[in-house]
Order: sequence, then structure tokens, then C-alpha cells
Amino acid sequence: MKENKKLKKFGSLLVASSLLAGVLAGCGNGDSSSSGGGSSSGGGGSSDGDTIKIGANLELSGNVASYGSSIGLGAELAVKEINDKGGIDGKKIELIKVDNKSENAEATTAAIKLATQDNVVAMLAPATSGNTVATVQIANDKKIPIVTGSGTAPNITVNDDGSVNEYAFRTCFIDPFQGIVAANFASNDLKAKNVAIFADNASDYAKGLAKSFKETITKNGGKVVEEEAYVAKDTDFRTQLTNIKAAKPDFIFIPGYYEEVGLIVKQAREMGIDVPLMGADGWDSPTLVELAGADALNNTYITNHYSAEDPDQKIQDFVKAFKAANGDKAPDAFNALGYDTIYYIADAIKRAGSTDGEAIQKALADTKDLSLVTGTFSVDKDHNPIKTATVLEFKDGKQVFNSKVNP
Amino acid sequence: MEWIQQLVNGISLGSIYALIALGYTMVYGIIKLINFAHGDVFMIGSFIGFYAIAKWELGFFPALLLAMAVCAIFGVVIERIAYKRLRNATRIAALITAIGVSLLIEYTTIFFRGAQPAAYPEVIKNKSFDVFGVQISSTSILILTVAIVLMILLQFIVHKTKIGKAMRAVSHDADAARLMGINVDNTISATFAIGSALAGAAGVIFGVYYTKIDPLMGVIPGVKAFIAAVLGGIGIIPGAMVGGMLLGVVESLVSALGFSLWRDAAAFVILILILIFRPSGIFGKNTREKV
Repeated sequence: MKENKKLKKFGSLLVASSLLAGVLAGCGNGDSSSSGGGSSSGGGGSSDGDTIKIGANLELSGNVASYGSSIGLGAELAVKEINDKGGIDGKKIELIKVDNKSENAEATTAAIKLATQDNVVAMLAPATSGNTVATVQIANDKKIPIVTGSGTAPNITVNDDGSVNEYAFRTCFIDPFQGIVAANFASNDLKAKNVAIFADNASDYAKGLAKSFKETITKNGGKVVEEEAYVAKDTDFRTQLTNIKAAKPDFIFIPGYYEEVGLIVKQAREMGIDVPLMGADGWDSPTLVELAGADALNNTYITNHYSAEDPDQKIQDFVKAFKAANGDKAPDAFNALGYDTIYYIADAIKRAGSTDGEAIQKALADTKDLSLVTGTFSVDKDHNPIKTATVLEFKDGKQVFNSKVNP
Repeated sequence: MEWIQQLVNGISLGSIYALIALGYTMVYGIIKLINFAHGDVFMIGSFIGFYAIAKWELGFFPALLLAMAVCAIFGVVIERIAYKRLRNATRIAALITAIGVSLLIEYTTIFFRGAQPAAYPEVIKNKSFDVFGVQISSTSILILTVAIVLMILLQFIVHKTKIGKAMRAVSHDADAARLMGINVDNTISATFAIGSALAGAAGVIFGVYYTKIDPLMGVIPGVKAFIAAVLGGIGIIPGAMVGGMLLGVVESLVSALGFSLWRDAAAFVILILILIFRPSGIFGKNTREKV
């Protein structure tokens, strides 16, 4: 009897679950057929009749969650603004966010999901270079353009053999450029002669920056007196800093991400290293200030994509809109890049006049003199924007606009 | 001078390893279990200290004591729930359970507070002292003092108190100890409580010294402390202290020689070498298995 009851229960569960599965599958079918009929697209991307789906493959958790979430906030603001003004040719944009947990494998899975299940027409690629590279192949295979807001490694758009990844784009400048700007700033503005480099050896981003910095500073007549390395997730940097201190540099370049850099800056200052320190956009996170402490960050500089204090009218309008939408929080560079990335994609879809992947790809590649918050840019033959960099200085934990550098 | 500075760096790091290693070694000494969840008790201790200082505005010492107390209870709870039933199971079953408990603690913490790191507030005004050209910060002096005081306290408990005597007896022969009227279960719980309290203290010290804490922070220090325990001779309390200090100094010296990327690798090379050439550790004696 008891056995029977159990069986019955099990049976009804089975029926119920298969029914549910059937309903879900039915929904899925209905969705894809309607989107196929409604859109004007032929190949890769498709969309419902009145919405244009854009995927967002972002680091919403994990060790660089701060970047992905910031890009997402900026992107949402842009989507809202575009939709409020009537969308693209009357169609509203729908942003589909997926969390890639700051991991390469998850980023690839997320890209496959966006491409095959959500049928997006274009994707916001992840915030970091490594995660973005993990999705480039999917973009090329499915012919769905991806645009990263802050992936600065050269090999996102151009492979090592010099061939261009047709479907990969970016809104930010590339790593070597930041290294060059930092080196020029060190020799021209800070008059640095003997420099040290302390780089994150676990990331292509930091290695790329260190390389171009070293080339430029040597060309400027400076001397690299000490080179040290660390790997992500380290917490003790005192041994390497002891070596650096012994070499007596008058400037230290530290390409890396905020989690480690925060500790490096704190430990360096504790050990009595008081020379200027400089990094790049990887430092840009409120967490950096928490980890290092505002005092330790005095006399440090970063190259970045934009500054909220830049007096430019377009930037001030954006800052106002962002503050209104996010409880008076000033937008950081990642917010701005996420915002710009959506406008860049929307502009291309509009000019393409279609949601077809190949047409959007062509429009993205042909973009000229597009005026955005992080600068006006044209896309070069390698799919990299030609745009300006900003140098910021930390003063009591706040980023202060220092200067703008043109390429 | 630079070398003395590196030695100071190494000893600060080593005293944290040593504090965690003590817990490993005590538990192994008594029930022959490598408690892989120990590194996560260290993490929990660190977070309790963090909330005590940042949210409830306690000072360093009250936060340290609170973290130790909570971790002691937490350690006993883990033992009672996860390991007690496996007392007579195979050692591999207990080991796998320990790994499971470790992952459970890590990801439960991530579920409740997210994976992003937190920055420890500055509880002690950090000053650097210049001793003959060597920079010694007040926090590293504090770490060393707290670590040494706790280790002396532990030696006292193990050698001079009744519970310490019971622990030594159970470690020597649990069955004979039971026959002599020792409550083996309570003794094992006490071992977990003391070991976990030390891990909790190490967590708070780590937070104050290194600032950054996150839910997966226990993994690497946990493994390093395990290496330290093996290096000194697992199950031997002075061995864990010496092993921890030695490992910290070796890691610093490897970095100082310009091989900073080999630092973690060096720790594992030590583990492999010690297991090949002297499996019982520096302080271990070769004991013959009874047949």
C-alpha cells in the first residue's frame, strides 16, 4: 500500500514536470518563431518585432565585480535614455544581462547563451580583457558583433598574427597607449629619471602596459632600475617592495588591478616609500581607496578614460543624468564606458538600418567622429578607437582631473 | 640591512602561518584528521573581527577575543555535526568530508555577503619604527606579540592543565584513555575549540596586517599552514610553530632573491621534499608501526 502511494506520487510528479517542460518548450518555440517573422534580419541576429535585444556579458560577481557592475549601470542609463527618446527607428532596446562571475569559462558560456537562446543582435562584451578574449570566437562564429567597454588588451581585436577579429570592437583605447601616456607623463611632468616597475604577472593587461611603459621611458632617457612582479591574489608585497626601495627609484609604475594595487600602495607607504606611484584604469574602483587608505594614495596618478570633473558640457550632462538615476553617486570611468558602448552600438544599428549581424559589424567598423562622453573617436582598421586619455591624480582619496593627452 | 628587513617580513608572515598550523597539528595529533575546513574557520574569524571593528565599533582586543570565542564554538559545531559520526570511518572518508565542509563554509559565506573583498578598518594607528635602517611597523610588532603570547598560552594549556593532560592521553591512545575514565568526546571537542580559536585570532591579525579579506581568503593560508605543520612534524605543537616561521622566512627570501613568482611554488617544493626525505617532519621521530 505504502509502496503504491509512493509510486503514485512519483508518477504525478513526473506528469506534472513533463507538462511544465512541454509548456516551457512551447513558449520557447513560439518566441523564436515570432522573432523570426517579425525581424528583418537574415542570418545571425534576430529580434522581436518591437524590441532590439542587446546582450550584456558582465562581471556581476567575482574578483572584478566592481568593473562589470559599473559598466552595467552605465549601459542601463543609456538604454533608458535611448528608449525614452523613442528607441532606434521606433524599436525599443532590451538589455539582457548575464553574470560571467569574472571567469573566462563562464564568460564563454554566457556568450553562447546570449547568442543562441536570447538571440541578441549585438553584445556588450565583458569588462576585462581576459574575459573578453574568451568570447571573441563565439562572436566570429555566430556573426554577432561584441563591443567591450573596457577590455584594453590589443589581442581582443587583433590576433598575434596581425589578422583582425571581424566581430570584435571596443570603446576604450588599448593598453600600449596607456603605457606610453604614463611614461610620457612620468618623464615630462614629474621629471622622473630612475623608475621601477612592479607588474601583475598573471594578467596580459598588466604585462602589456609594463612593456610599452618600459619602451617609452627608455626612449625618453629614463632608466628602469628595478623590475619586480607579483601574481593576482597575493596579499604580501613587502618582500618585493623591499627590493624596490633598495634600488632608490624616483617613480614607480604599478600596472595591475585594484584589489592587489590597493594593498601594494598601502604597504609601500608603510615601508616609507614616498615617491610618486602611477597606474592605469585598472586602479579605478572605490575599493582601491578603501584598501589603500586616502592618505597612502596621495601623490599617485592614473591614466583613465574620462574624469567626472572634466568641464566639457557633454560630460557634465552625463554626470547629472547619472547622479539623478543612481542616488547622487558620481559616475566613474566604467559607468561612462558602459554608457558610451550602448550609444556606439545603437548608432551603428541605426546607420545599418537593420539588425543583421553583418550589417551592424560593417557600421561599427565604419564609425567616424562619433562624439561620446569618453571622447570623440573614429575606428581605425584594427577596430580600435582613436581617442584621448585623461591623467588623474588622487588627492585625499578623490580622483582629481590633471590633464588630457591626445594620441 | 635589506636582508634583515626581509627577515622581519618573513617572520610576520610566518607567525600567521604558525597560528593556523597549530590548529591543524592539534586536531591531527588527536584524531588523525587533516581538517581542511580549518582555513575557513580562519576566514570566519577574520570576518567576525571585521564586523566587530567596522560595524559594532569594538577595539582590537575585544574584537580578537570575540572572534576567538565565536570560532571556538564554530569549531566544536563543525566537529559535532560533520566529524563525530565518522570517528570510526576510514580516514579517507573523514578527509573528503573535511573538504566538503570547507567548500560549504566558503560558498555559504559568498551566498550571504557576496564574493567581493572587504577592507579592514584601521584599528591601530600604524607607525613605522626605524631600527638601524630597518622599517618595523607597529602592526608587525603587534602580530608577533599576540602570536607569541597565544603560543605560550597553548603550551601552558597542553602541559600544565587537566584538559591538556587529557588531550595528550587521548592523542597517545584513545582507547586506553577511555578506559582510564577520560571523556574522549569532550577532549576532542576541546581540541577543536582551542585550535579554532587560534585560527580565529590569526584571521583577525591577518585582516589588520594585510587589510583585504574575502570569503576565499582561507584557501591559500590554509594550505600553507598545512605545509608548515607537515614541515615541523604533524601532530607536534612546537613543530607547527617552527614550521610556520620557517615557511614564512623561506617565502620571503625566495622573493628577495628576485623569484617572487616562485614564492608559492617554493612552499610546495618544501612539502614534496619533506615528504620524500623526512616524512615525519623536522621534530618527528621515526616510529615503527605496531603489527
